[in-house]
Amino acid sequence: MASIGVVSTQPLQALLEHAFPDATELHVEDRTGGGDHFQVTVSSPRFTGLSLLDQHRLVNEALAGPLRDGTIHELRIKTKGSE
Amino acid sequence: MNELRQRIRDVIENEPVAVFMKGTPQFIMCGNSDRALRALREAGAPVTGVDVLADPAIRQELSEISGWPTIPQVFVKGELIGGADITEELAASGELVRVLEEKLGHDYRDSAGERSVSLLTPA
Repeated sequence: MASIGVVSTQPLQALLEHAFPDATELHVEDRTGGGDHFQVTVSSPRFTGLSLLDQHRLVNEALAGPLRDGTIHELRIKTKGSE
Repeated sequence: MNELRQRIRDVIENEPVAVFMKGTPQFIMCGNSDRALRALREAGAPVTGVDVLADPAIRQELSEISGWPTIPQVFVKGELIGGADITEELAASGELVRVLEEKLGHDYRDSAGERSVSLLTPA
C-alpha cells in the first residue's frame, strides 16, 4: 500500500530537509516497501566542491539516528552538488 | 585500544584493498557488498574480504574507527574510499582505476585476486 511507503519515508525526508534546507532536489524512496531499505537522492549547494565521501558523510550524519537504531537496514545514497 | 580494534586497524593498514562486507568474496551475503565487490573485480583490484557477520563487535568497532555507519566499507591503502554507492560511482567514472593506480601502482592488476581474512581469535 502506498500509504505505508509514505509513513516509512516521511521521517527520513524530514531529517534530510532539516539538514539540507537549501536542497534543490530531495527524494526518499522505500525500495522494497518494507520500510527499511531506502534510496535517498539529495542535490544541494553544500555538496559542491566536496568529495563523494564527504558528501555521503553529510547524508549519513543527517540520518545517524535511524541508522543507529536499525530503522534503516539498507541505505543507498545519490548526491549531487548544485548551484 | 582493545584487541579487536587493533586487528581491524592492522587489516585496514596492511591490505592493499580491504573490503569489510557481509559474507566473503566467495559467498556474499548482501546485495550492497556484492555491488562493491563487482566494481572492484571489474577494476581488477586485489581484494581482501573481511566478514563482519562473524561477530557483531567487528561492525561496531569498524564504524567507530571509520566514522562510516554502513556496510560494505572499502579501504585502499588504509584510506576509506566509501561504501557500495561510491565504489560503483567511482568505477563508472573511471576514477576507481585512477585511485588504485595512484595508491597501489600502475601494475596493481598483477596482484589481482581475492582472499578472506578472519578477525576472530583462533579458538
